[in-house]
This record gives sequence, C-alpha cells and structure tokens, in this order.
Amino acid sequence: MSSDNTFSLNLKIWRQKGANAEGKLVDYHVDHVSPDMSFLEMIDVLNEQLVRKGEDPIAFDHDCREGICGMCSMMIDGKAHGGYKNTTTCQVHMRLYKNGDTIVVEPFRASAFPIVKDLAVDRSAIDKVMIKGGYISANTGNAQDGNSILIPKPIADEAMDAAACIGCGACVASCPNGSGMLFMGAKISQLALLPQGQPEAPQRALNMVHEHDTLGFGNCTNHAECEATCPKGISIEHIARMNREYIKAAFTYHEKTRSE
Amino acid sequence: MAINLDAKSPAGDLKDKWSKHKFESKLVNPANKRKFTVIVVGTGLAGGSAAATLAELGYNVLSFCIQDSPRRAHSIAAQGGINAAKNYPNDGDSVKRLFYDTIKGGDYRAREANVYRLAEVSNNIIDQMVSQGVPFAREYGGYLDNRSFGGSQVSRTFYARGQTGQQLLLGAYSGMMKMVSKGKIKMYNRREMMDLVTINGKARGIIVRNLITGELEKYAADAVLLCTGGYGNVYFLSTNAMTSNASAAWRCHKRGAAFANPCFTQIHPTCIPVHGDYQSKLTLMSESLRNDGRVWVPKKENDPRKPADIPEEERDYYLERVYPSFGNLAPRDVSSRQAKYRYDEGKGVGPTKQAVYLDFADAIKRLGQDTISGRYGNLFEMYERITGDNPYKTPMMIYPAVHYTMGGLWVDYNLQSTVPGLHVLGEANFSDHGANRLGASALMQGLADGYFVAPNTVSHYLASTTLEKVTTDDPAFKDAEQAVMLQTSKLLGVKGKRTVDDFHKALGHIMWEKVGMARNEAGLKSAIEGIRKLREEFWQDVNVPGDAGHFNLELHKATRVADFLELGELMALDALERKESCGGHFREEYQTADGEAKRDDENFAHVAVWEYTGSNSSPIRHKEELKFEYLQLATRSYK
Repeated sequence: MSSDNTFSLNLKIWRQKGANAEGKLVDYHVDHVSPDMSFLEMIDVLNEQLVRKGEDPIAFDHDCREGICGMCSMMIDGKAHGGYKNTTTCQVHMRLYKNGDTIVVEPFRASAFPIVKDLAVDRSAIDKVMIKGGYISANTGNAQDGNSILIPKPIADEAMDAAACIGCGACVASCPNGSGMLFMGAKISQLALLPQGQPEAPQRALNMVHEHDTLGFGNCTNHAECEATCPKGISIEHIARMNREYIKAAFTYHEKTRSE
Repeated sequence: MAINLDAKSPAGDLKDKWSKHKFESKLVNPANKRKFTVIVVGTGLAGGSAAATLAELGYNVLSFCIQDSPRRAHSIAAQGGINAAKNYPNDGDSVKRLFYDTIKGGDYRAREANVYRLAEVSNNIIDQMVSQGVPFAREYGGYLDNRSFGGSQVSRTFYARGQTGQQLLLGAYSGMMKMVSKGKIKMYNRREMMDLVTINGKARGIIVRNLITGELEKYAADAVLLCTGGYGNVYFLSTNAMTSNASAAWRCHKRGAAFANPCFTQIHPTCIPVHGDYQSKLTLMSESLRNDGRVWVPKKENDPRKPADIPEEERDYYLERVYPSFGNLAPRDVSSRQAKYRYDEGKGVGPTKQAVYLDFADAIKRLGQDTISGRYGNLFEMYERITGDNPYKTPMMIYPAVHYTMGGLWVDYNLQSTVPGLHVLGEANFSDHGANRLGASALMQGLADGYFVAPNTVSHYLASTTLEKVTTDDPAFKDAEQAVMLQTSKLLGVKGKRTVDDFHKALGHIMWEKVGMARNEAGLKSAIEGIRKLREEFWQDVNVPGDAGHFNLELHKATRVADFLELGELMALDALERKESCGGHFREEYQTADGEAKRDDENFAHVAVWEYTGSNSSPIRHKEELKFEYLQLATRSYK
C-alpha cells in the first residue's frame, strides 16, 4: 500500500478567525501527497507546514477518523464531505485526486450552523432538536426482558437504516433551504417504526418539527440533495414518514396535552 | 503510605454480593437528591449512561464533553457488539460462564467480585437498551440475534450491524437529551478537563478549558465522575479517536488518585496496517469478522506471490493450527502475538510485511456473498475506502494495533478512586478486564458502570459523607486554575522548533517498539531513559503557536502530549516491575516453550497500584492482592 507516486495539490481553503470575523479563501500548495493518505491527513501535513512557519494552523473538526462520530465536516469542491457515495470527509482518500488538482475547501454553510473558526462550525442546533423528543422516555431500571418486545426483522432493519445517522449535518449543508429534515426525519422515523417509540410518537413529531423551524432550519422541498450527500446513505423516505407522523399528530393530538 | 487500597468487596457468597451491597448502601431520599450536584466528565457509554441515570434519580448533573456534541464520544466507534449472559441461543451460557470467561480472558488479574457483578448486570443492559429503541439485529421471528466473539465458546454477543457502539451510544445520548429537556442535566460541550479540585481531601470540582474561547472555567459539585476513556493514544497511532487522551485521568492521578496496572494495553489483532509516516490513526476491523474470516500467511518466507496464487497447502492458517478449539476466535492478546510471530519469522505479507491475511473466500463460498455482505457490509466498504482493495475478491490485510487500555485509575468495588468523591467509570478505570479484555466487553462494562453500578454507589457516597458547602470561590479552585494557567504559558513560551506531533510521534515510536506487543528488561529500561530525554526536549523545543485566548488546536494537543510524556514513563516502569507475562503484557523473559505467556501467580497475583509522589521523585508501587475464592488460578489455554 505504500507508494512513491506522491503528487502535488493546490488548495483554496476558507480562513476565518472567529464567528464574527470576515473570512476569505486562501491559497495553499501541498507537495508529497500520497494516494493512501486520507483527506484529513493531507490537511494535517499542510498544518504541520504552517506550524513550522509559525502560522496559525487551519481549524477543522474531526475525531474518530473512521466515519462514525460525525465530527468531521467540510465542503470539498462545493460538496459536503466531497460528495462521494456513503463517505465522510475523514474517509475520503487522496487516490481520488491527481497531480495539479485545485481543491476548494469550505465550511458547512447553513444559517443554523454558524462558523466557529475556519472550517469548524457550531452544530449544536442538532442537539437542540433532539432535546425536544429524539428519545424514548425509558428510565433506567424499568425495562422488561429484551425478547418480550418482538420486532419483525424487516422493521428492525429499516429502523436501523434510519438510526445510522451520525448527526454530521451534511444534509443541512447540502440543502438549498438549509433544512434539517433528513437528520430529524431519520430519528422520528426510527422511533416511529419501533413499538417502543409509539407512546410518545405524536408529541415527538410535533415538538421536534417545531424546534427545527424555530432554530432557523429551512423546509424540505424535495431536492433530495441530502440523500445524495448523506454519508450513511439515509433515504428521504424517512422524511416522508416524518411528514406522515407529523400530519397524523397534528390532526389527532390534543393541543392541551402537548408538551413544549 | 497514605493511600487506602481496601477494595471493599462485600463479604458473602459471590452470587449475593451485589444485592447485599445494594441493600446495605445508604440512600438519599427523593427530596434531598435535588440538593446534590454531580459532575460527569465524558459522555461515552459510561459517562452518558451515568449522567442520564443520575439525573433521572433527581441529582443535578453537570456533563462535560470534548467534542461538539455528547453523541460523538469514541464509544461510538465500537463495531462488533456487546456481551450479555442471556443464553437466548440455549448454548450453555450463564452469568457464571460470562464471569469465568472474563476472568480467564483477563489472565486472572481482575477482581472476582467486580467481574461477577459485571456479568450479573449484563442482561439488564440489553433490556434497557431495547427499551430505549436501540435497533439490535433480529431474527425473522422478531427475537434478538446473537453472534460469537473471541475468547468464548458461546454466542452471547448482541449487535446492531457493524455499528453496535454507535447505536448504544445514541441510546445513552438520547437518555441524556431527555434529561437535558427536563433541566436535570446541564450540558457543556467543547470543554476539556484540565484539573481536579480537591477540598478537605475530597473531590469537589473541576477546571475545564473552553476549547472555543480558550478560557478556563470552574465548576463545583458534591462528587465527580470521571468517564474519560483510555490512554491508548500515548502510542500516537491507535484505534482511538484523535481527541482521546489521558489528561483528565493523569491530572487526577497527580491529585492523589492511584493508577493501577498502567502497562496493561490491548493490542487488537485485526486493524488495517500502517501505510505511511503521515498516518494519523489506525482503523479497526471488527473482531466479529473472525467469525467468518480465516487468518493465514504463506508457509514460505518472503513469498512474493499474490494471495490468490498461493495454493491451499502452502498456506498456514496459524490460529486454527495452534489453537484448534478456539481457532480464529482466539482472544485478542493471543491472536496479536501470533501475528507478530509470523512477522518475526519473515512470513508477513503486503508491502511493509507487517500484515497477515484475513480471508473470506471460504465463507463466501459456503454462505454466499449476500449473507457475508449482510453481516459485514459496512466493514467491507470501509476497508475498501481506506485501502482501495475489495475484500470480497481479495483477502483483507490486517495487523495488530493499540486499541484499549485495561489499566486505569484504581477503584474499589464502589468505583471510587483513592480520592474520596472521585468515581471512575468505564475504560478510565482498571477494574474488570485484568490483563486482557475480551471482545464486546468494553461496551458492557461502560454501561454496567454507568447505568447500574455508579448510581447506587454514588448515592451511598453522598448519603454517608459530610459534604460542607463549596463554591468556586474557594481558594482551592483559584490554585488549581493558576496551576493550569502556569502550564499553559510555559507551553506557549517555549517557542521551539519541533511541532507537537513530532514529539508525539517520537513518543509513540518508543512506546510501540519497547512497551508494545513484546517487552523485555533492556528495552523497558531504555524506553524509560528515552522518554525522560524526550520529555526534557519537549519542554525546551516544542513549538506551540498562537495564544491561549482562542480556539488553539496546537495548544490543546500540546497539553495532552505533555501528560502522555509522563504517563508513558509510568507504563514502561510498570511493565518493568511486572516480572511475568500475562494477557497483553508479554515479557519475553517469561514465556513457555511454545511462546505463550507464563504467569507468576506466586509473586504477581496482584494489582500494581502506583502512587504519585511529585515531579522530582519516583512513584511508589503498592499492591492490591487478588484473592481467587471461586475460580482456581489455572493456566490459560485456548488450544
């Protein structure tokens, strides 16, 4: 896997000192890029160069570097996580690029995700939506035997498809409306599919959607950019199920018992 | 010595210890619970489940995480599964067998009472997680499915595709979000713990750095729960996340919390091999793959042929050959060591030779590609993304890598450290895995500690301790804050020539070569010398640009590496002093004729517990003797 076929790249990277500072694209050049490097390792190499020169390294979010924590972000050439199928930025490898390429790297952009610094953004709005109902209220110690709740395999599998969301926010960054309906729909759908999620289903749909709208996420107008870019391949069918849950709740759920 | 190493294991029969202990523990009445504040540092499975459960009980919980959301803690990356003694497959499992497997897997270096409790509550964890909507894999009848894992002959591992850790963590996170909505958990994201504050000998608060603003913040409480994971990143390359670090635990150690068995490191046999010096981390390929994958190397040394061109009779399926009864599911320490032996014999494969094959051809032939893809599809995709090779067509190449640390802060049966009020949960403590952890047991331990153990024992602590009112105006907070500020300005003031990563890589190299899969006296002595020298160079030549007043990633890394440079030395020292081989700790001087670990139960059936005595004096090694009342110390064999 090691190779001598390293190459050079030009990068245009968004630099912004802080939330309220003005930002701009800055040109960088990186040599000795190995095709086996991950995209973030390539930025590590660039940052080492910057630090050696006494310059401020590029801030970006990352943690597990295995594509599961959802911490990494970045728009690479205008696409969230680079736009490769089922791939987060940390799993993009440089063999996808060639010598002399110019790559534009920007932060996720959405009104619900203000920039923190350079490529790092504040995605706490995702937690705020979850706080409004992205859970089943099952206190520790109450649970019955796991096998007393039978769940048909296809239902469990579909719930798992939805539950695979890593909360990275690529759906929001890719949507022309800055909508968070894919990540929110995935959670509402997961819990609506499962018998355990039924008792709170109406409040969940109403409260989460309400919070989503309040936080500045836009609405879904079926562009499906979110599905195309989702690193976990989550289908917009979950948005459809969320809509169904929401409409059902809006017509049948009594306003007075709604918990805000 | 001032430290108290009473393990507080309850008397009585093993089976009754935990229920007896719970009954004898003091309770806090519901109206009084809201008068107590508990700090929980870390939001992985241990921290997340503890925070949610303590908040449900009525305590005020302050929860801290280093990432931008509690949902990103590194428990999320656990792939394979979680063990429980449900015996749903009717294959002979029981609480006692899970207890036995765990003690044996840990090479008889764990405390019996703790491990039995772990096995006992394992079943509750599955129930709790199902009730929270975790979509575990199901069979067609709707029942929960199980798979096998290393070191056990029963199928007791529950899983959610290849992302069990993610689903369990999101379950714990959802429990936390529920309690945030009720105002019982206050969440502090992007904070890193910088120090523990003790007042009158008790843990009463923490100092954290707000990673965005760079400011130091002070928080006071009645108890502190440390759930900050392991210290595998001391090796630079490991399967840990980039921000996983030892600083919180290490700062607690310096404040009086004894450190137990620091040399017990788990080197996981199935990781994607290293491919370049720019590499930032290693990626695990779940142990569950060994259910269907067969591990082999060519019988011939330096065989240049492609795997497909090597005929069956010229392949050495060495795990099946050496361990016929466990085969490819031999435990992690044993499997890693065997891979190293093949490399040492010149039979490693791939460009660096530091790799062996994990081959699915037989399983695909037997079960079809669809079945294999259903079981491991996401892992196969991940492998292909990283390496560019398609494992359906050509065998995976794997090699051992640092994955988990069994050592950690010493705790008693109540999970309390040697600092009263400081409880340590999950990987951050040393308690349950002895010298080697079995697969699918980390998730079990994190959740056992957080859901079922700590809520009981912390309540007992709060109910039975006199806790004077404390605020962050106390001089102890100011002192701790000053110490952190001093260290920060020292780091920023060096203005040397080498980057933080440079030092971290140099440390990692020493650790991997000399405190890694095989250790010996000369190597460990030179490691200690090398680390001391490196530490001196660090404080004279590190380059940390910028200042402390903003989002300064180099500064964050530098404080962590400064602590790794101290912890690494203690790990080497502990390895030097433990003159036996056990589990993941393999001393070349102590092995059997066929290269297996040779324990010395007469002299080393104890926990090595290290007391910090200051930066200019040597740490003191204490012992907690391990008594085996229910299991007989036996040579661990998987043959």
